[in-house]
Amino acid sequence: MSAIGTPMKRREDPRLLTGEAKYVDDIQVPGQLWMGMVRATVAHATIAAIDTSAAEAMDGVFAVYTGADLQEMGLWGAPLPCAWVVTPDMANPAHYPTAVDEVHHLGEIVAVVLADSRYRAADAAEAVVVDYAELAAVPNLDAAMAGAAVAHSSLSTNHAYHWPLVPDPDALEAAFANAAHTVTAEFVQQRLIPAAMEPRGVLAVPSPYGGDITLYSSTQVPHILKVMVAATTGISEAKIRVVAPSVGGGFGAKLNINPDEMLAVALAHRLGRPVRWTESRTEAAGSTHQGRGQHQRIELAADAGGKLLGCRVHIDADMGAYMMLITPGVPLLGSFLYTGVYDVPAFGFTCDGWFTNLTPTDAYRGAGRPEASYAIERAMDLLAAEVGVGPDEIRRRNFLGGGDRFENLTVASTLVFDSGHYGPNLDRALELADYDGLRAEQQRRRAAGEPVQLGIGLCTYVEICGLAPSRALGGLNYGAGGWEHAVVRMLPTGKVEVVSGSTPHGQGHETTWSQIVADKLGIDPADVTVLHSDTAISPLGLDTYGSRSLAVGGVAISMACDKVVDKAKVIAAHLMEANVDDLVFENGAFSVAGTPAASTPIQAVAFAAFTAHNLPDGVEPNLQEQVTFDPPNFAFPFGTHVAVVEVDTETGGVRLVGYTAVDDCGTQINPLIVEGQVHGGIVQGVAQALWEGVHYDEDGIIKNPSLMDYLVPSAAEVPSIRTDSTVTPSTSNPLGVKGVGEAGTIGSAAAVMNAICDALSPFGIADLPMPASPQTVWRAVESARATTGGAS
Amino acid sequence: MTVNGQPRAAEVEPRTLLVHYLRDSLGLTGTNIGCDTSSCGACTVHVDGEAVKSCTVLAAQVAGAEVTTIEGLATADGLHPMQQAFMDCHGLQCGFCTPGMVMAATSLLREHPNPTEDEVRLGLEGNLCRCTGYHNIVKAVLACAGGGA
Repeated sequence: MSAIGTPMKRREDPRLLTGEAKYVDDIQVPGQLWMGMVRATVAHATIAAIDTSAAEAMDGVFAVYTGADLQEMGLWGAPLPCAWVVTPDMANPAHYPTAVDEVHHLGEIVAVVLADSRYRAADAAEAVVVDYAELAAVPNLDAAMAGAAVAHSSLSTNHAYHWPLVPDPDALEAAFANAAHTVTAEFVQQRLIPAAMEPRGVLAVPSPYGGDITLYSSTQVPHILKVMVAATTGISEAKIRVVAPSVGGGFGAKLNINPDEMLAVALAHRLGRPVRWTESRTEAAGSTHQGRGQHQRIELAADAGGKLLGCRVHIDADMGAYMMLITPGVPLLGSFLYTGVYDVPAFGFTCDGWFTNLTPTDAYRGAGRPEASYAIERAMDLLAAEVGVGPDEIRRRNFLGGGDRFENLTVASTLVFDSGHYGPNLDRALELADYDGLRAEQQRRRAAGEPVQLGIGLCTYVEICGLAPSRALGGLNYGAGGWEHAVVRMLPTGKVEVVSGSTPHGQGHETTWSQIVADKLGIDPADVTVLHSDTAISPLGLDTYGSRSLAVGGVAISMACDKVVDKAKVIAAHLMEANVDDLVFENGAFSVAGTPAASTPIQAVAFAAFTAHNLPDGVEPNLQEQVTFDPPNFAFPFGTHVAVVEVDTETGGVRLVGYTAVDDCGTQINPLIVEGQVHGGIVQGVAQALWEGVHYDEDGIIKNPSLMDYLVPSAAEVPSIRTDSTVTPSTSNPLGVKGVGEAGTIGSAAAVMNAICDALSPFGIADLPMPASPQTVWRAVESARATTGGAS
Repeated sequence: MTVNGQPRAAEVEPRTLLVHYLRDSLGLTGTNIGCDTSSCGACTVHVDGEAVKSCTVLAAQVAGAEVTTIEGLATADGLHPMQQAFMDCHGLQCGFCTPGMVMAATSLLREHPNPTEDEVRLGLEGNLCRCTGYHNIVKAVLACAGGGA
């Protein structure tokens, strides 16, 4: 039986279910020092004075260091890295792990304490007194653009960069000049807190005499972290080992190179003592990067029948106070997707990045693509209303390839979509959601004038996965490649070890990889062990983000298996005294074509390769192969989501009562895991539409930093989700896989907001800001009633 | 107190939270800490059979009580039926909320042996998960209830 395509239960689960799994905070070492952070309580100020004397006098306190102390100690080889300098003239103020003279956002580190316990470190950090001389803060994008205050005293403007993608300006101009219909819409992508359930944490364990250091980190990117620790601290890269033990979710928030982690490493290395730190949830609101933070303007031009002629987009993006690892590049990741699944002849995108005195933004589940999908999918609903057709019809009229299957199609943003088949995917979603029945129920409620109205929202999204072809990244000035590395080795006993460069934090790599290897080598998945997340075991890798693990890392494993079989075949032919070209490999054994009875299992070949007693001339012992796969193209998953909401027009309350998702992520290795990714992704996008958003006041202070008032949804707020899939294999890799980690989030915010606006369309309400809180909805309804005298 | 059936005695600072006593003193690190406002439920354990957020209880407050953590659920015969249901239904991904979620779910079924879907959702309101969208967690709890656990 084929393992690929089977909904196998996850091998990771028993250790996670029993508490046996070790997250960073679970690992204790003798002699460790707890680091406590003194963080800025204001958004923009000069540091007038820091009094550490009370903290230093406390029991159990080992040391207190201010930013100035640390600078004097010469701990830093370079500032914290930004790997994506999107334009040559991009402003990039130096970002060191601690502020020295001036703080630029709430939560920036101004001093650290080291103490002998968790509690004492926290107490001592509290006892440090910082005297700030406050400067005018830039508390939001509007203020950044207005420029009355500047976020960094060292800069003359808040403007960080301008990035254009306008392949044919004349064609774009002509499209709008010739349009029968145009739609212009502005949307705000509010800032979001990623809120992985495991807060970030780090434990740095030095070997003072050996000179090496081991860093246990709750990270998505152990390999990138290793390089960046070397760059930031000046410790030799070859002396650094990074281990990501069990990691409790990431969603992008754990792919950064963070000040607190660098402090732990640098201090542990300097002091020769283990140093640890675990973030508190409320601390994280200021100290871990946030997602989104964009103002979007999208214009569509269409002919009389609603067929798109052009799409013009401008983004103002909130960088926050500093450029972190890929801060400036996040809007670019979305730039290519503003024409969605549609055939748009002319396209133009521009983005301006701006500094504010807020926590930096960076990747959060979807990173640029949920924003793009939201803008085009909301705008398509507005165009449907303008043209006077349904939201399903406007989409059908504009699908790439006319909704028929296509391969390797160049779209207006210059990318080549690997494969798509949008028409049947939409059909299936509408059928599964009972779209006609929902519309009938909506009509009934409207006719009856019921206070609780029904809204139905569609989103037909496409996204970019499989990050990334290294040359494409080079073309975008990204500072690294996009390949992934894998090793497959057969052990003398016939078991298999796989070394994966891509690292999991909940995605179930061990299960999925074992399924690929089992099929490729014709063995039992239980005979496959997957090793990962430790740079001493897996020295090469580019880690996990951008839904890349399967489409790049999984493919590398598959290709390494092919190489193992190729070598085994040569050995098998020698052992069987057959011609290698006459051998076939089926069900884990080699045989001469036509005579399957005389076969040699691959395990026997592995043993022969190990003993090396009787190998062909020129063949090295052992069965181990490695592959570094650099994908020739991205992968473009797509799907249709249908959200159903009830909107109480008397209270403003919105309840998500139904959700249907039909996703197409190409070939599926483990449908159980695919579905799980879809479920979780959807709820994260729904949360942006309905509940989540960071609230800053005019001084740049976060008003909702804890989980008491930052509304991560519970089970009680969301419904069960109806899922199905279509399968359109990718042409970008031999497995035909695309990726599914972010798809749910990319489809769901737009679907939910389209549903809410659909419910309120009789009131003349075309758009609402996210999150659509009861107060927002109630005010919109009341305002509409005041101006129109009620629902039409 | 008794923790997972074993008598435990210690002198602790008065302010020591139960969760820190379990994790740092007893090395029972299966109980996780996901927030600082008693919002996320990752630290849920049983105290005398009731689900309790162990970040909201002082260790000293439960002197004499019977505490069960996630490490006390599975037996030599294998996983507890709730743990098995979570595995069967893919009710976990990163696993960080999972110990607390499983402890809350077993407590929920003790009080409501045959809950509706809505009752499960409301019953788990105090436990946050960022990975699963709750779909498969709810499915697991309903499956476990159906299985007579």
